[in-house]
Amino acid sequence: MAKIDVSVETNDQPSPPASHPNTCPSCHSHYRDDELERSLWVCEQCGHHFPMRARARISSLADPGSFSEEATELHSEDPLGFFDLRPYTDRLAEAEMKTGLADAMVIGRGAIEGRQCELAVMDFAFMGGSMGSVVGEKLSRACDAAAEAGMPLIAVTSSGGARMQEGILALMQLPKTVAAVEDLHDSGHALLCVMAHPTTGGVLASFATLGDVLLAEPNALMSFAGPRVVQEITREKLPDDFGRAEQNLRYGQIDAIVPRPELRSTLGRLLRLFDAPE
Amino acid sequence: MPPSEHELRLRERLGRLRNLPLVGGARLSGELERLQRQIERIGEEATDEEIWRKVELARHEERPYTLDYVERLFEDWFELRGDRALGDDGAMVAGFGKLDGRTVVLVGQQKGRDIHDRVSRRFGMPNPEGYRKAWHAMELANRHGFPVISLVDTPGAYPGVVAEQHGQGAAIARSQAIMARLTVPAVACVIGEGGSGGAIAIALADRVLMQENAIYSVISPEGCAAILWRDAGQAKKAAAAFRPDAVHCLELGVIDEIVSEPVGGAHIDHDLAARMLGQALRTSLSELDGIAGDDLRRRRRARFRSLGVFA
Repeated sequence: MAKIDVSVETNDQPSPPASHPNTCPSCHSHYRDDELERSLWVCEQCGHHFPMRARARISSLADPGSFSEEATELHSEDPLGFFDLRPYTDRLAEAEMKTGLADAMVIGRGAIEGRQCELAVMDFAFMGGSMGSVVGEKLSRACDAAAEAGMPLIAVTSSGGARMQEGILALMQLPKTVAAVEDLHDSGHALLCVMAHPTTGGVLASFATLGDVLLAEPNALMSFAGPRVVQEITREKLPDDFGRAEQNLRYGQIDAIVPRPELRSTLGRLLRLFDAPE
Repeated sequence: MPPSEHELRLRERLGRLRNLPLVGGARLSGELERLQRQIERIGEEATDEEIWRKVELARHEERPYTLDYVERLFEDWFELRGDRALGDDGAMVAGFGKLDGRTVVLVGQQKGRDIHDRVSRRFGMPNPEGYRKAWHAMELANRHGFPVISLVDTPGAYPGVVAEQHGQGAAIARSQAIMARLTVPAVACVIGEGGSGGAIAIALADRVLMQENAIYSVISPEGCAAILWRDAGQAKKAAAAFRPDAVHCLELGVIDEIVSEPVGGAHIDHDLAARMLGQALRTSLSELDGIAGDDLRRRRRARFRSLGVFA
C-alpha cells in the first residue's frame, strides 16, 4: 500500500540544478548577472525562465517607487521545536542570511501601469518557498489590505508546498489562506494569481488556484504531487510535460501562459478590466 | 511534570472564558465544559513509542471506515454518486441520511475492506472527481439547510498523472473554499489518517474532532523521513518530530475535541466506536444549532484564520 503522501515537498529542486545558476539548463547559454537582470532572468536564446527573486519580481512589475512593503516584522517561530538533521531554527537563520528576507513571501502596496494593487510575491530561495505560519499570515493580511483599500490582490507563487518543519500548523495554512481569499472574494475585489516555477503541493491546493484569473509562466511545474512521487507510486510513464503550465492550459486548469516580459502589461490590462483605482 | 506551554495557553483560554460576561449563556458554558474536559487530556503527552503506536492504530486494517460508521449511525441513508462531470470516485463517499431524525449530509474518504475493494477505492486516496463529488454534496446541504458531517480518513490525495491533469490541487482548494462558504453547520472528524491536503479538503468545519488514535499531519511520517532524513525508514523518528497525534493537535488548537475510542482502539469494537463517535457528533451539532448562517460562516473563517504561530 502506498503510504507515502507526497502532497508536500520542500527543499527539493524539481529539476536537476544547472551546473551554474547563470547557465541555462535547457540550452546551456551562459549569462552574466547584469545580462540576466536586463532580460528579467529569461534566457534570450531559448526562452527558459530562470527562478526570479521576490524583490526582483516586484521591481519588474511595480511602477518605479510605488511599492511599499507591509508586515516586514513577521518572523517564523519554531512551534514544534523541530529537529531533523538540523534544527528548524538553524534552517530559518540560514535562509534569512542567504536571501535577506524574513520569510518566503513579500507583501505590500504598489501600482502597475498606474493602477493600484496589493502584491504578495513568493521567493523560492527561502526554504523552497515553503508555506508556514508567516506565509499564511502574510497572504491573509494581503487579502485584507486589498479588500480594505478596494483594489485587486496579485499573488505570484513559487513554492514547494507546506513547510514540514511546522507540522500540522503548516497544513492549517491551507484553510487559513482559503478563508482569507473567500473574505476577499466577498469584498468584491479580485485575486489574480501568477504561478511561477514551481507552484506545487499546499500552495497549489489553496490560494494559488482560487484566483479570479489564473496565469502561469512558461514551463512552470504546477502539480499537487511532484513528478518523482507520482512515478514512484503509480509506476506510470509520465508525459514529458507532466504537471507543466502547458499541460495545465491544455486541460483547462488555467487561463493563460504569460512569458515574463509580457507579465507587467498583462497584469496592467487585468487591473484596468477590474477597474483598479488609479 | 510541569504544565506545557500549550496547556498553560489552554488554561488561560479557559480562564478568559470563565471571566467573560456571560452573554453567550448556555453555549458558552458548553464550551467551558468542553475545554475543561479537554485540558484533562493534555497531561497525557504521548511518548515517541505511543505516537508510533497511534500511527499504527490509525492505519489498522480492521479499523472502522466511513461506511462502517454510516451503517451504524444513519437511518434512510442514500448515497450520492458521481461528480456530474467525469466519473464516480470510490475513494470518496457522499450521501445523506437521518441522524436522530434530522437530515444530515455526510462526506468522507473510504478505504476498502478487501483487496479488490481497496484497489478500486485507491486505499482512500481521492482523485479530483472525488473532491468534486464532495463539493456537490456540500452544496446540496447548503441549499437545503442540512448540516454537513465529514469523516476524514486518507493517506492523502491520489498522486496520479490523470489526477494532476484533472486539477488535483485546484479541486482540493475549491473544496475548502466551498466549506468556507457554507451557511449550514459543519462538523469534521478525523477517524483514521488525516493525510495532508487530501484531508484538509473536507475538514474546514465549524468543529473539528479527532478520534484518540487517529493521526493528522502535513505529510506522512514516511514522506517526511524520505525528504528530511533521506530515508523513509526513519518514519518513527519523523513522527516523533512532528507529532501527528490527537493530543498534540488539541494543544495547538488545530482540533476542538478528542473523541474516545473503545479500549485498545476502534477496531476492537466497531459498534461501541460508532456510539462514541455518534455522541460526539450530536453534541457538536447541537452546540452549533441556532447560530445564524452568516455567523457560522464568519466564525468558521475566523477560527482557521487564527491558526499559526509567528513572532
